[in-house]
Formats: sequence, structure tokens, C-alpha cells
Amino acid sequence: MRDVVRFVLDGEVRELRDIDPTTTVLNLLRYDLRRTGTKEGCAEGDCGACTVALGELDGDTVKWRAVNACILFAPMLDGKALKTVESLGGDHPVQTALVEHHGSQCGFCTPGFVMSLWARGREASPPPVADSIAGNLCRCTGYGPILAAAEAAASVTVVEDDPVDALKTLAKDEPLAFEWNGRRWFSPRTLDQLADLVEAHPDATILAGATDVGLWVTKQHRTLPAIISVSDVPELTTITRNGGEIRIGAAVRYSDAMETLVHLYLDHMVRRLGSVQVRNSGTIGGNIANGSPVGDMPPALIVIGARLALRTGATTRELPLEDYFLGYGKQDRQPGEFIEAVIVPEKPWRFGTVQRFIGAETERPRRAPRGKSDIYKVSKRFDQDISAVCGAFWLWIDTKGRIIDARIAFGGMAAIPKRAKACEAALLGQPWTEATIEAAVTVLEQDFQPIDDMRASAAYRMTVARNMLRKLFVTSEDERVNVLAESATYA
Amino acid sequence: MPDSGARPLEPTGVVHRAVKHDSAEKHVSGAALYIDDLPHPADLLHVFIGMSERAHARITALDLTAVRAAPGVVDVICARDIPGTNDVSPVAGDDPLFADGLVQYVGQSLFAVAAETLDQARAAAKLAKVTYEDLPPVLTIAQARAAGTVIEAAQTMTLGDASAAIAAAPHRLDGHLAIGGQDHFYLEGQIALATPREDGDVHVWSSTQHPTEVQHNVAKVLGIRDHAVTVEIRRMGGGFGGKESQPALFAAAAALIAVRTGRPAKLRVDRDDDMVMTGKRHDFETGWSVGFDDDGRLTGAAFDLASRCGYSADLSMAINDRAMFHSDNAYALPTAKIVSQRYRTHTVSNTAFRGFGGPQGMMGIERALDAVALKLGKDPLDVRKANLYGPAGAQTPYGQTVDDSPALALIEQLEASSRYRARRAAILKWNAENRWLKRGIALTPVKFGISFTATHLNQAGALVHVYTDGSVMLNHGGTEMGQGLYVKVAQVVADVFGLDLDRVKITATATDKVPNTSATAASSGSDLNGMAALDAARQIRDRLTDFAAQVFGVPAGQIVFENNTVRVDETVLTFADLAKKAWFARISLSASGYYRTPKIHYDRASHQGRPFLYYAWGAAVSEVIIDTLTGENRCLRVDLLHDCGKSLNPAIDLGQIEGGFVQGMGWLTTEELVFDAKGVLKTHAPSTYKIPTASDRPGVMNIDFWHEPNAEPTIHRSKAVGEPPLMLAISVFSALTQAVAAAGDYRVMPDLDAPATPERILKAVDDVRRRAGLA
Repeated sequence: MRDVVRFVLDGEVRELRDIDPTTTVLNLLRYDLRRTGTKEGCAEGDCGACTVALGELDGDTVKWRAVNACILFAPMLDGKALKTVESLGGDHPVQTALVEHHGSQCGFCTPGFVMSLWARGREASPPPVADSIAGNLCRCTGYGPILAAAEAAASVTVVEDDPVDALKTLAKDEPLAFEWNGRRWFSPRTLDQLADLVEAHPDATILAGATDVGLWVTKQHRTLPAIISVSDVPELTTITRNGGEIRIGAAVRYSDAMETLVHLYLDHMVRRLGSVQVRNSGTIGGNIANGSPVGDMPPALIVIGARLALRTGATTRELPLEDYFLGYGKQDRQPGEFIEAVIVPEKPWRFGTVQRFIGAETERPRRAPRGKSDIYKVSKRFDQDISAVCGAFWLWIDTKGRIIDARIAFGGMAAIPKRAKACEAALLGQPWTEATIEAAVTVLEQDFQPIDDMRASAAYRMTVARNMLRKLFVTSEDERVNVLAESATYA
Repeated sequence: MPDSGARPLEPTGVVHRAVKHDSAEKHVSGAALYIDDLPHPADLLHVFIGMSERAHARITALDLTAVRAAPGVVDVICARDIPGTNDVSPVAGDDPLFADGLVQYVGQSLFAVAAETLDQARAAAKLAKVTYEDLPPVLTIAQARAAGTVIEAAQTMTLGDASAAIAAAPHRLDGHLAIGGQDHFYLEGQIALATPREDGDVHVWSSTQHPTEVQHNVAKVLGIRDHAVTVEIRRMGGGFGGKESQPALFAAAAALIAVRTGRPAKLRVDRDDDMVMTGKRHDFETGWSVGFDDDGRLTGAAFDLASRCGYSADLSMAINDRAMFHSDNAYALPTAKIVSQRYRTHTVSNTAFRGFGGPQGMMGIERALDAVALKLGKDPLDVRKANLYGPAGAQTPYGQTVDDSPALALIEQLEASSRYRARRAAILKWNAENRWLKRGIALTPVKFGISFTATHLNQAGALVHVYTDGSVMLNHGGTEMGQGLYVKVAQVVADVFGLDLDRVKITATATDKVPNTSATAASSGSDLNGMAALDAARQIRDRLTDFAAQVFGVPAGQIVFENNTVRVDETVLTFADLAKKAWFARISLSASGYYRTPKIHYDRASHQGRPFLYYAWGAAVSEVIIDTLTGENRCLRVDLLHDCGKSLNPAIDLGQIEGGFVQGMGWLTTEELVFDAKGVLKTHAPSTYKIPTASDRPGVMNIDFWHEPNAEPTIHRSKAVGEPPLMLAISVFSALTQAVAAAGDYRVMPDLDAPATPERILKAVDDVRRRAGLA
């Protein structure tokens, strides 16, 4: 075991000894290392002013990703390379382009944009610029000059010197485990080590990307007595396919799962889940394990029949995802138990007739026997906002136009992500007609009694949930119902 | 006093140029220092404010024993520990630093803890035992109206007999509109760093738009003289009005701790505490009533403005006055009656925010004109054009004559460049063909009055030094919050001396360099400080000119300052050489400059006068699309045409136009402040309060300048640009209203309130469909 956090900063191996395990990387940078270019704007991973890049060894190269330093604990740097705005000097093409295009006004958000755009430059096939900076808020510019600067910088190639050797040295280290003022941190390297630790420390916080747990510290100011990081366990960070199923390790980050998510037709939903920074840290298992009533993945995973693999010691059990959520803040996870993987069918949508939100490759539904499926997310703002309502629909209609299978789940409508069973029952066996839909939407009230909160009123949530089902129907009538698609093709 | 009109200026190079922001390189490299980036002084204490958890209550006991005993705590202060006056207000004396026996909003400051670390200070504050005796809170405009709680008596502005004109009009309409508030969401939160000095003096770094007011409040709280307090600010990470009166509380608390303990003290609030503790844009409820003829020309308009001011006066009087001043927007009203109610509520005291009441004031008439057009079956643009202030001159409801209105020409240029008519026709057709999605387009103008309406604030000072190596130090009373004021003023000074811009060092705004300053607010920064700096620089240049004329024996008129040199007839010497020679000859190379705005006067009692030196004009066309199943919406295209006079710096001004527009769009669409029934703000961080992101920026955004020089002799004939463009975003709200109307086949006027969130849009859609008999 090793009690020193080791990471690479600007090519040099740095060591952190005797640190508070929940010190954020942001505070470490600003107040200990005196690198104050990285800013705090919100301390909850929603504004991006603290964006830094984390590098990980990927064969003989380094894979860099933009993350929010404000909700990243310092021990999470272990074995990785860190790059901050200071690392770039000042004449990197991203920086000179921002100057030339007048991309800064007050300048407080600027270092975060610089780092998001720098990390974007390291991507083989980067998304549109607006997607890359959806997690960076600017209150001054209105974004136009930043978008222009990003396009200009993207055309300049820079050869970067990556710390491959230094990272390889760190990779040979012992697992990290230390104690500070009675508080403990563990970073096990194998599944068995993890299982033993979770069993031995049933009260420990299991930590993956810290996009939620980080806020327990920065917002709720909680003290966490013990933390077990699952990020270094290979079985939890890989995706495998076997026997018609895909097994997604619980600690697989969204950004690492994109290929699978594209295959599952979930990428357009994930595009609107958090931001690049959040998806570079956040994990699919974490979004489930925290039991949030408004997590965006569970409704979709529920309707495609996802199962969870949970492990205690040497024992593994499986259960349907929908059964994991018991009530608000209450899940079917025993002390000493952890989520090992999410298991989904390899071809969950049967005929793959998902109407895509975004992009040119819209698939038009076929007329006869078909699956009719979609996922809708409605929030106050399109990017990086928590859903008011998130609805997932999975229907199968036979050649006679009769609904023979129906799975519908919602987030934001109850204390947990939940199936709409009464609504499903109202659809089953009925013809795929407007009359059937109108009958089915009325019974949603039996399934849900949503709440009023700052995101939406109960009445709006119910109306939107109903209208999502109506929208599913009218999309098969070839009508235009998607403002995002209209916006993307507007000229 | 300088008057650029009296002495023609021929700027040689550096003014009117698209020069980059002076700190741009520092911004992108992370080298620009904000207050929290300054190296921590030895012995630094961290301060945390203990806050009220109740909206309205008597404090029957405040037991801080456990707070004092907590680890790391060095000092704890509350109302009774204030040596001077317990007030940090801008005007009215009603904002206690620490609540004394009575709390009036959730988040009100009760006490401050200073500890060795911020975590220790925060943890200690949680140990306070506060005993509340709850009193009934008044939280909303409706509750305040019922309870009759006000900041001041209702104000009225009249032009002719509006009631009679409306009653006699061929057509009449009335309606009501609720307009939400807005959090500033400057990326850098409130912060102050105070350092004790000898004699009980104190130096305060404060992230403030108003160093002088912070100075006054710190001195007032400490019970010391203004000259014992120095307030300094190099740059803010955004201000938008939120750092005009709000920073005083944080600065005063930090200063008091510093003076008591003899140790430096930093008070930096996190995002949540900042949003809970500090004031926001006023939310309004506007009732309107208009009479009009068959062409939609208004014969009279009446507006009943009601705003939620919060628990104290703050700047609410002037803000609500400005709402009244802008109730006519760009329209000549033959008769008008504007009544303004300023309601006192048990919520945070609302404050300045870019536009300062003007945006809320304009919303009423824009809604009214949309309603008039719908009623008459006309294109709303035709109704707007029928009512504009013309070039001939007309009187505003406050008695100022508008005599050079470019409104019609400006709008017609934009109408053509945006292809408004063709696009509107295409949209009407598209809406008829599409059941679920609806589009809307709208063109709205802006006329924004420039000058502080409190006439005495329209003055500024500057300080310019020339050193013997030819370098120049520039200081003035304006503050830099990202708007590019520093570089604009530096351009003015560099131009006077014929120097490259990098020869002018821009230094932090400080109360011991230039005293008695006004807030950098009301879009006035470059108008006032540019002129004051021009005055200072010219004084020095005049001395240098006279000196050179004497030495070289030539008339002063033959001496030219250009390209970092001074040309005297055939002789060319460097600027540095001349400066050094002048110093040897004992010529002063330092000057303070001063400016006061001419022509303006205003009598608040009668609400008549000429409050504004001039107006800034603009217009915008926005096209939107809405989803009538969910209320989701997108702004598809925007065309802006805005009047900056003869721009001092087109790059900086473009940034203000574009940034102001998007900020205004946020105010009217996604930014929603939600208070619960107990007065607790539920949207206090970016996770719940949604300002626009990059993808919310309209996909097509065309921006152009209206190039006419200012008719008034402002600094190089430029116009103020900080606030006016925000109101161009009213076109988005109007376009959304049009799209909602389309859902009811334009049969009924939508009842859409702001912000137009998806929820409000869907509600309005369902409502118009029901009223139109379509649902």
C-alpha cells in the first residue's frame, strides 16, 4: 500500500502527503500550488470556470479529458497527469484565437473555456464547439466570439509533449490507501480488493466520478469518514459483450461508453446529460447508485430491460434495474454491497426505430410491424440542466397495428425513476391510434403524483408526461415535432 | 472643463479602432489577478457570515458562545460590536451590516465569524443559537399591495389627459404582464480583502463598481473618516449592476474584522450564499391600458408599474424612476399616465441590474403594441412604426424633447437587411402547415436614456502622470468589470499624446487616487471617465506644447504629437525626450482631470426636466420556434442594429451588444428565480438557475452598427453602450408571444409572462387554444 498521492503536473511527478482526502483539486491548485488561473464559479460542476484537463495513459499515448476541478478530490489525481491554464504558457492557438476574436470580457470564465477547448483539440473527432463548451458558462460575451475563436483554433495543429513515460512510472505504483485525521481513502486495484474493502467498511462512501459525491463536500459541507474509490478497478471500468448482452462496468464514465451508447441509441440523451466535464467524470453506475429521482439514464435503461449486478464479498446477485429504486433516497443495496455492472440487451430496440433527436441520420419509422420507441427530456434549458420530466418509451406494434408490448418509464415524476404501469396496461392490446393514446394519457394520474419544485410545477410535469406520449404517436405521422432538429437545420 | 465640441478633435489612430481588451492576454493565460488570486498575506483570517433563516422575525436571542469557542475562531462580531453606524446602504440608511433584533429576509446577515480557515469559520457559524419569534412575512407584490407596504409613495408621471384620450379613442385595450427578476450571476462572486494599517486605517480590495460608496460605508461602520479608508479594485469578474451597492456589506465586515484583530481578513462568499444574500433585478407586474385609432396609432397610454423592492430601499427609487422613463420606449405618446408602485417585501433588497428598471419599463408598451396589432389584424411592425418618435421632435412623459430620433430610418434599414417582411410571410404560411411547432418573428426598438437621472452623479475625475521616460500612468474613477472601460479610456489618453497604447499603463481604481467618484453604472463609464481623462491628458499636453513652443521658438500650432514623437517644425524628438526636457525645466507632468455632463436637469418632485443628455437607439429582429407539446423553444435567428454613435472601440462595443442581448434573452426565457412560500430562494446556484449556454445563442446572429456620430459633444462623439443592447432581447419575448398566438390561429392575445420558460409557454399555448375555441 502507498500513502502518497502521485500525479504528473507539467511533466513533473508531484507528490501529495498528509492531505485531507476531500480537498478539491481546485483548492489544491489555488491555495497550495498558487496556480490561481483556475477559478471557482460555483463549486458544483455547473459553470466550468474550474475546468482543467486530466491525462490518463492509453497504450503509448495520453488521453486527455476536461473535468471540473471544483468537485474533484485531490486523491483522484493519483496516477494521472494534470494540466491547467498555466501549463499552456499563453500562446497556445486556443489562447491566441480567443484574444484575436475578443473572446474574453471580464475574463473570469476564460481559463475554463481555454481548457475545454484545449481538451477538445485533443479529440480525434470532436463534437460541435457548442457541445464541447456546454459546461462552460460565460455571462459577458454571449458566446459568439468564443465559438468563432474555437473554430479558428481548431484549424491549427499543435504537437504536444505528453508525459507518457512519467505516467508509465506511476502505473507501477502500489494501490493508494491512506488515513488523515482519522479519515480514510482507498483506491483498490482489483475487484476482490474492492469487495473486501466494501465489506470491511460498510459505511464508507463508494466513489466513482465525484460529480455527485463531490457536492456532498462542497455544497453540504459534509465530512466523509471513509472513501473507497472504484475508478482503478478494471472490471468496473470496462464494457464487455457476451451472449446477446452488454455488460457495462459500474464505473464506466459516460465519455468512455459513447460507442455503446450510440449503439443503444442513447447518445442523443446522453448529449444532454450534464456537460463534457460531467460526462468525463460521471459514471453510469453512479447515476444509478445515488438513486436520484431525476437521473436521466434510469428511465431509458429501465425500458430497455437493464439489470444490475450487485456484489457482496464473493457473492453476486442480479435484479431488474427498476426494482433497485425503493423510495426517495432508498435503494436495494445492502451494507457491504456495491454495484458491479449494468447489464443491457445487445439489441434492445428490436427494429431500431428510434427517432433521433439530433443529427442528420434520422431514421424514419417503418409502417408495419415495428418497435416504437423514444426518449424525451424536457428541462428549462437545453444544455446541462436537470430534467423537469424525462420519459422513455418502448412499444411493440404487430402487423395488425396492435400494441403487444409496452414499457414506459419516467424520471422527475415520482420520488424514484419509475414505470408507468397503468399507462402501459391501457395501451396493451389496443390499436395504435390517437384514441388509444388519449385513453392512455388519462391514466398517467394513477401512476404518478408529481411534485411542485423550482424546476417545474406538478401540473406542468403531468401535462408534459402526457404530451410525450402524444409526441411519440405524432412522430409516426411524419409531423415536425422537434425544435432542436428545426434549429439545427435552420439557415 | 473640456468640451470636445468646442475644440474639434481629429483622432489620429488609436481611438475608433477595434483594439483588444487590455487584459485579453492575461485572461487567456490565467495571469489576470482577481481579488481571490492575490497572494494570501501572512496571518490572513477568513470571514463567514451567519445568516437569517427566516423571512420576517424578531431575534429574541442570539447566542454566539459556541461559535466563539469553536476551533480556529479568532473573532465573532454582531450588531453590538459595530463602533460606528450599523448601515451599509447606498442612500437611505436602512441596510444594517448585521440585523439588530429584527430580520427581514432569508439570508440577511446576523453576525460574522473570523477564523484561521474558511472551513473553520463556516463550521463555527453553524453553532450559533438564534431564537426567532416569527412575524408574518410579506413576500410577493400581491401580498405587499394587500398589506400596503411600500418603499416610498407611488410616483406619477403625466403627459396630457391619458384617461380621457383612452376613453375617447376608437379602440381600447388593456392587459397585464408579470416580469420576473434576474440574478446577475457574475462569474466572480462577492469578495473583499481588508488589511489594517496604522492609525486604525484600513485598505480594502473590494470587487465593486462603486469604490467610493464602499469607502463611505466602511468608514461609516468603523466610525472613522473617509480619508482613513482606501478602497481599490483592478478588475471584477463581472458586475452587471450587482456590484454597485451590494459589495459594501462584505467590505465592511472584512474591514471591521481586520481593524479589530489587526490581521488581514478575506470575505469571499460562495455561489449559493452570494445568490441568497444579494439583491437582484426587480420583478415587476405591469398593468397597461391604451386607446388607439384604426392604424394602431396610440392616442393615450396608461401604465401601472408595480415592483418588488425587497426589504429596504437600496437603489429602488431611481430604478423604478427609470422604469417610468422607459415606459414610452421609442414611441411618441400623445398622452400618458405612468404610475409606479414600489413595494416593500420580506425578500432580499433588489438592486441595480443592467438597464436599471428600463427593461421592465419597456416591456409594457411592447406588449400593448403586440396586442393592438393582433386586435387590428396588422403586422405588429406597422403598428410600431406608426407610433415611433419622429425626427421632428416630440415630448416624453417627463418633459424632455426627443428631437433627433433616428428610429424610423434605423428600423427600416433593419427591416430590409433582415428581410423581415418576407420572413414573416413565410412564417405565417409555415404555421398554417404545421400543427405542433409554431414560429414567431418580431422587430422591437430600443431608446435608452443616457445619464444618471440623479443629476449630481454625472461627474468624474481622472489622474494622469507622464514620467520622464515618456511612459504614462492613467487612473480614473471608473471600474473595469469586463466591459472594456479601461482600454477605451486608455485609447483616449494615448491619442492625446500620439502614443502607442502600450505606453499608457492602466492602474487599479482607487479612492486615494481619484476621490468622490460615481458608480461605474448607467452605461456612463466611458462618457464620464473618458472626458475626465481627456481633460487631464490635455492639460499636460498643453503644458508640453507651450514648453516646446517656447524652447523651439515656434507657434504652438506647429507642434504635433504623433507616433510616439513630437514634431516641432522640422525637428522630431521622442515623446520621452520632450518629457525629460520639460521636467528639467520644472514643468509639471501630472494632472487631474474633471468632467461634468452639461445640459441636464431634473425635478424629481414633478418628474419633469431633461434627465438625459442623449438617447442610445437600436432595434432587433428575432425569430423563434416553439413546441406546443412541451413549451420548449429555440431562438433561430437574430438581427441587431445598434447605435454606438461614433464607436470608441467597435470590438468592445460589439461585445457589449452581443453579450447584452444574450443576457437579456436569458432574463426573458430561461432565468427563473423561485422563492418558496417561506421566502427561501430555491434557485441559488447554476444547477437550478439557468443562464444561457453557448447552444442557446441563436444559430444566426447578424449584428451591425448604426454609424451616426452622437449629436451631443460626448467623448469623440461616441455613445454609451453598456446597458441599451440588453433590451434588444425584448424582441425574443415578443417573437415568442407571436408564436404562442399562432397556436391559437392569431385569434386571441397570449397571456405570456416572463421569463418565458417552457412551462409558461405551454401554459400560454393551452390557454390561447382554449380561448380561441381550438382545444
